[in-house]
Amino acid sequence: MYFGKVLGSVVASQKVKDLDGIKLLLVQPLDHELKPTRDPEVACDTVQAGPGDIVYLVGSREASLALPKTFVPVDAAVVGIIDHM
Amino acid sequence: MRVCKVLGPVVASAKHPAFVGKKTLTVQPIDAQGRAAGESFIAMDNVQAGVGDVVLVMNEGSGIRQILEEPASPCRALIVGIVDMVDEAAGASTRAA
Repeated sequence: MYFGKVLGSVVASQKVKDLDGIKLLLVQPLDHELKPTRDPEVACDTVQAGPGDIVYLVGSREASLALPKTFVPVDAAVVGIIDHM
Repeated sequence: MRVCKVLGPVVASAKHPAFVGKKTLTVQPIDAQGRAAGESFIAMDNVQAGVGDVVLVMNEGSGIRQILEEPASPCRALIVGIVDMVDEAAGASTRAA
């Protein structure tokens, strides 16, 4: 599970059916000093995060477990908005 | 699993239900000499670890779900032990110098 900063949102009307209704966010992965660690990625949102929020995410299969309907094809999910660290 | 040092708490009031009531900590992977060895990340605590503790972190979902007894937990890093000592035999390190 890793830190990230929400850069914005991603809208895709044409997409895999299971992704319907799932908000997609553009996120910059960070380390605990808020330094970028790799390229920005698209993650689905489970906590109504918005641009500028410092969040934490979970990746790979566990990202799909974070969604109401599991086994939706996602590999990153925002699961918390950080108040302080 | 990784040996890591606990850097501090991560507090999030808005979070996924599976993290409610659970403590999350920032952890930094370290080598046998205690030097930073890799990217810091977030782990859920399961052994009452505190800041400065050297801990054992499991980074694999299904094992974590078994430990937590939560078949649908999206947790992917769980502190499963507090390390007393890491004894790397002299010269045994396989890491590139």
